[in-house]
Amino acid sequence: MHSYALRVNTAVTLAIMVLAVLCSFVSLSDHFHASSPHVHLEVLSIDAFQRQKAGNDEVWLTLNISADFSSVFSWNTKQLFIFVAAEYVTPKNVVNQVSLWDAILVSKNHAKFSIKTRNKYSFVDQGNNLRGSDFNLTMYWHVMPLTGAMYTEKQVFSGFRLPTE
Amino acid sequence: MGMIGDAVAAVRGTNVRHLLMQVISLGLIVSSALIIWKGLMCLTGSESPVVVVLSGSMEPGFRRGDILFLHMSKAPIRAGEIVVFHVDGREIPIVHRVIKVHERNDTGEVDVLTKGDNNYGDDRLLYAQGQMWLNRHHIMGRVVGFLPYVGWVTIIMTEQPYIKYILIGALGLLVITSKE
Repeated sequence: MHSYALRVNTAVTLAIMVLAVLCSFVSLSDHFHASSPHVHLEVLSIDAFQRQKAGNDEVWLTLNISADFSSVFSWNTKQLFIFVAAEYVTPKNVVNQVSLWDAILVSKNHAKFSIKTRNKYSFVDQGNNLRGSDFNLTMYWHVMPLTGAMYTEKQVFSGFRLPTE
Repeated sequence: MGMIGDAVAAVRGTNVRHLLMQVISLGLIVSSALIIWKGLMCLTGSESPVVVVLSGSMEPGFRRGDILFLHMSKAPIRAGEIVVFHVDGREIPIVHRVIKVHERNDTGEVDVLTKGDNNYGDDRLLYAQGQMWLNRHHIMGRVVGFLPYVGWVTIIMTEQPYIKYILIGALGLLVITSKE
């Protein structure tokens, strides 16, 4: 009835239950964390516009990205994965999302920044629809917790247009 | 004489009952584990609802030994999501982030490109020879939740199989010998 094994079993089971309940409470607490990040995206210049051998349009551009994500961090935030995606519609595709730049923010202290950067990943279309086309730039922040559920939020900046030449 | 015979019969009877009880309780443990696993499969719609991170390609977000909870809904796949996918010719599924999405107008089929947060380049080198994009059928689920460290149990057990056998043996012995 009160054997050694039984006591260990009970203690371990209780410990796991308590940990599980604690983890879910910590994860739930993220729902009550209000954040108000500031983001500003700007296209400084279109640096190159070319057609690849395969026939796809490719664009190189310079972005100005300034943001303050410090309010997004809660006690259960391990890191933010932030990225800027170009989003546009073509006759062939209803959705085109091309990630141009990303970064990992690991602490509140480094969550405020402003950088001028070339696109880190190639901005290539499936086809040659980019000339003169409109596109949005969207800043996404993916909140990765110490434990529990992850979530993503975004802010869309619309009204960018690629040159016809 | 009759008394001794009765005693032997009683002992035999209890032993058989005892043994049966042990077999039944063992069966209950196994079947409830199976019920939980299959139930999770139904709830999440993913063929493996829980995966263990085996590589450091998503560090510092996911480390080796972390457990990820997957969900596979009908919702379209979008950039920024972390997905688990199969590549033809590779046995072990990969957990990486979607960086490009092109969704076809007429068929709704998606072309997806992935990259590990901690890797320098995108995943085209990991895909099958000549494969440029992942499609819907490659993707097993998207990551919705995260639990650190717990996966080390399975990593240790797959890499040091004798520990697994010792553990299973000890548990089996405990079940058979326990009186309660």
